[in-house]
Amino acid sequence: MPARKTEPPAVAIQGLTRRFGAFTAVNKLDLRVEAGGVFAFLGPNGAGKTTTIKMLTTLLAPTEGSLKLCGFDVVKQPREARRCFGIVFQDPSLDDELSAAENMDLHGAMYGLAKALRRERGEALLKMVELWERKDDPVKRFSGGMKRRLEIARARMHEPRVLFLDEPTVGLDPQTRQHLWDYVTKLCKRSGTTVFLTTHYLEEAEKVAGRIAVIDHGRLVAQGTSAELRQATRTKSLEAAFIKLTGHGLREEEAGGVDRLRQFRKMWRR
Amino acid sequence: MEVLFALWLRQIKRYLRSRARLVGSLGQPLLFLVALGFGFGPMYRKAGGGDFIQFLAPGVVAMGALFTAMFSGIEVIWDKQFGFLKETLVAPVPRITIMLGRTLGGATVATAQGLLVLGCTFLAGFRVGDWMTFPLALLFLFLIALLFTALGTALACRLEDMQGFQLIMNFLVMPIFFLSGALFPSEGLPAGLNAVMKLDPLSYGVDGLRGALGGPCANGLPVDLAVMACLSALALWLGAWLFEGVQA
Repeated sequence: MPARKTEPPAVAIQGLTRRFGAFTAVNKLDLRVEAGGVFAFLGPNGAGKTTTIKMLTTLLAPTEGSLKLCGFDVVKQPREARRCFGIVFQDPSLDDELSAAENMDLHGAMYGLAKALRRERGEALLKMVELWERKDDPVKRFSGGMKRRLEIARARMHEPRVLFLDEPTVGLDPQTRQHLWDYVTKLCKRSGTTVFLTTHYLEEAEKVAGRIAVIDHGRLVAQGTSAELRQATRTKSLEAAFIKLTGHGLREEEAGGVDRLRQFRKMWRR
Repeated sequence: MEVLFALWLRQIKRYLRSRARLVGSLGQPLLFLVALGFGFGPMYRKAGGGDFIQFLAPGVVAMGALFTAMFSGIEVIWDKQFGFLKETLVAPVPRITIMLGRTLGGATVATAQGLLVLGCTFLAGFRVGDWMTFPLALLFLFLIALLFTALGTALACRLEDMQGFQLIMNFLVMPIFFLSGALFPSEGLPAGLNAVMKLDPLSYGVDGLRGALGGPCANGLPVDLAVMACLSALALWLGAWLFEGVQA
């Protein structure tokens, strides 16, 4: 469903800057994503993708600049903004001790859905991602792919107008990835939800995303359709265009606390 | 309100499902009860103090609540690192509701753990001296639980990962427990130790709990209750304030 003209843009970012001490993660970023369709937000490691998503989803305060989601100012109207998006984070954010159904229900409760509606939507969504038979199993017994599916279902409980998917296919097998993208594309067509995704699998971005933006060092480097990007860089594939735009240099990324803690938890659990 | 309940219920469910944690955190208080209670019992009796188990049991109950409460609070770090916290932080719910829901849940769990320990002390020969004030004992137990869950939450807001947990256990929780008068009476202590005890929040909780269960009470129940209520409120406020500033 194409966006109605009256609908505010799904994402409108102006002059967005985020500094961590002396380091500037996002630097005067301007970005506008119209409602409807799949939008891919690409960039090498450490380019500022996740920082931008964190700011869009109210998890991190911007140093400067303005952000709007579906017309709501993210900083000044966080509750309205929060109601209109759903997110699947890069790392799982499920409660492992709870069952799939309980995770769904808790999410619904936090978004103010009535009990009956929670049950109804929870059932429909769990069936859609083929987890209904496993609904009472604790999430800790789920595989990576199942967790991902559950998270996508959960993010849709409150029917958000914008769905953020931060590297949703990392660590999944080709079958699951294929399935996931089919689902996302269908979702977009059917409900008019805007999907805002990041990924390092450029063939996937090329296949599903109508529009693409590339950022590097916290700045917007290029945007347009996949064809436009290839044309502008005179390359044959999006991957080649991406390399041309962002250079060949390897990116350094600090090992996060999560990795260290995963180790620690493994020991703790014994 | 429903959100508060949902988050409270989550803590309860997590507690009931991790049997290992439930049984594991019973171990330490019971070890103290048996080793110290029976070990020092004869000496205590000879010194004219009466039955040491009778004195020690409320302290050990408080210990059970303290450790579970602190751990429940610190669990925020777990959630921070393993993502679930983010799920709650992006929800259209005021931060204070999230903090209160988890803290009340954690406090309920810690109270239950204290009651479990209390049940076990009966097996060791502990007897409640005065059932009339038993509800008051429950209140003290809950206040201990609430105070330290809130404190744990507040600390967790400022910690990056679980590396700091050991530090908190050794330099905060252990001293709070050992210097609280849970294990020894406060009469005739050196002035220095006595002063430290006066600064230890748990000492008021233990004293009140012991008094309400029919044992000796050094400060008097009204004083203990007032101090514990004020400290719990303060810890809740501090926790809520720090939680407000958490960025993922």
